[in-house]
Amino acid sequence: MSGRVLRIYAILYLVFLYLPVLLLPVFAFNDGTIIAFPLNGFTTAWFAELVAIPALHEALGNSLIIATVTAMLSTTLGVFAARASTRFQFPGKAGIMGFIMVPLVLPEIIVAVSLLVVLLQLGLSLSIWSVILGHTLICTPFCIAILSSSFSGLDRSLEEAAIDLGETRLSAFRLVILPLVTPGIIAALLISFTISLDEFIIAFFLTGTEPTLPVYIWSQLRFPQKLPVIMALGTLLILLSLILIGSAEMLRRRGLHKSGQKDAGGFL
Amino acid sequence: MARFGLRTEAAQGYVMVSPTLIFTVLLLAVPLIAIVVLSFWTQNFMEFDRSVTLANYREAVSDPIYGTLMGRSLWIAGAVTLVTVVLAFPIAYFVSFHVPQERKALWIFLITIPFWTSYLLRVFLWKVILGFNGVLNSSLQGIGIIEEPLTFLLYNANAVVITLAHAYAPFTILPIYVALEKIDRSLLEAARDLGETAWGTFRRVTLPLAMPGVIAATLIVFIPVIGDYVTPRLVGGPNGLMISNMIQTQFLRLNNAPMGAALAVSAMTIVGSMALLLVYLTRNIGRAPK
Repeated sequence: MSGRVLRIYAILYLVFLYLPVLLLPVFAFNDGTIIAFPLNGFTTAWFAELVAIPALHEALGNSLIIATVTAMLSTTLGVFAARASTRFQFPGKAGIMGFIMVPLVLPEIIVAVSLLVVLLQLGLSLSIWSVILGHTLICTPFCIAILSSSFSGLDRSLEEAAIDLGETRLSAFRLVILPLVTPGIIAALLISFTISLDEFIIAFFLTGTEPTLPVYIWSQLRFPQKLPVIMALGTLLILLSLILIGSAEMLRRRGLHKSGQKDAGGFL
Repeated sequence: MARFGLRTEAAQGYVMVSPTLIFTVLLLAVPLIAIVVLSFWTQNFMEFDRSVTLANYREAVSDPIYGTLMGRSLWIAGAVTLVTVVLAFPIAYFVSFHVPQERKALWIFLITIPFWTSYLLRVFLWKVILGFNGVLNSSLQGIGIIEEPLTFLLYNANAVVITLAHAYAPFTILPIYVALEKIDRSLLEAARDLGETAWGTFRRVTLPLAMPGVIAATLIVFIPVIGDYVTPRLVGGPNGLMISNMIQTQFLRLNNAPMGAALAVSAMTIVGSMALLLVYLTRNIGRAPK
């Protein structure tokens, strides 16, 4: 009985969660410049218009570079930290790991302004690189969360067996551990790529003259006549996010399966 | 020999964690120290006056606008936290206790997907929904429930609370779900066998054991919401602005970075001490009484 009530509530809750996002494609294909009901008719004109905006393409290019480099850096840093925390015991581990995870809860505006202050005081100019540094800082904790679950399920005797059979520590890591955690690594790459692609505040403060896609979108939001085009762009972005996150989830499950773990659900 | 082995393992651990640790120290600890230092300086046209002074903090306390914004940020964050946690608990409970084991991961995945779609666009869509000519008003007028568009929906603190509660919903479910999953189901059976009702079991066994998850959820929402910039800017209107909007204004518009730094440090200190207080007050919940 209570199970049925809870199920209805859960479904309503999911509808509430998805409703705003579902409006994006509705208005992206609506043949009208005002974002309101009733709908006018079907058009793909707004998508066609996306092709003819150079500023948008430039922003997209910047975002893709930033997201790619961020994904590689934060996953690499995540591998080190996740490996350290799951394989070794050392004094102060909880404190060190807690400190590395702080950007997960710290308001992004604090990260943004504090990095801005340091970069300007050092006399460095703002560029794609300043955004990459900021994004790597906030993506690393997510990578660690994903990778820790990949690393923690590993049977240590596999590695010891490899070393007994004549492998070095490094080659044992490369030949035994790495293949087992590869799904986790790819999942971490995809997640950090997605976070970086969507992130606005840090990019807004640190971008200089090379806007990212969210910074470009932000600049367009105050022009009502640009909104249908932004809706079309948003539809494509959300599709991209869904594909990336869906692949990450599939890989994460496959990774758990491979190393013989039970699925506890979710990334975090 | 055993001690030597232990020491090497610790050393290996430190070596392994050092790249990430050094990166975080350079990009998090150093910048945070820098804004604390900056908050004690003052802006002198294009230069910083580096003599240490409490002037910024004095201004933050004496000028009522800062107190108003900080107070509003706190109550908005409190309201958002309350709404998200109360709405999220039944979902976490449902997935943990009523969904078959093999479908749990799918449910959690479905709940977290919206979190991964562009935050900026999600907030903007609420502006579209709640606006004067927005989706809600045009629909209600279309079916004849209202004559004139409702104006109390957008550009106020309520709109900020609704939008943020929606944005942070997936974030609250996960920690509560994890805490519920850890509960040993035989404890619940034992409570029932010893004569507790279903409600009594929930209140005296399940809920206390889920509290660590609820507290984690509270922190994971409350702290970032205080610093939210996009939502108050897009849907808040002049009476819905929060402290981070003022921090941004000081840094990028008024060119008064030290004042912005003082506001950022004040906000962090207030939120940090509230978080520590919460953790301290709730440290014994869910443990067996001594």
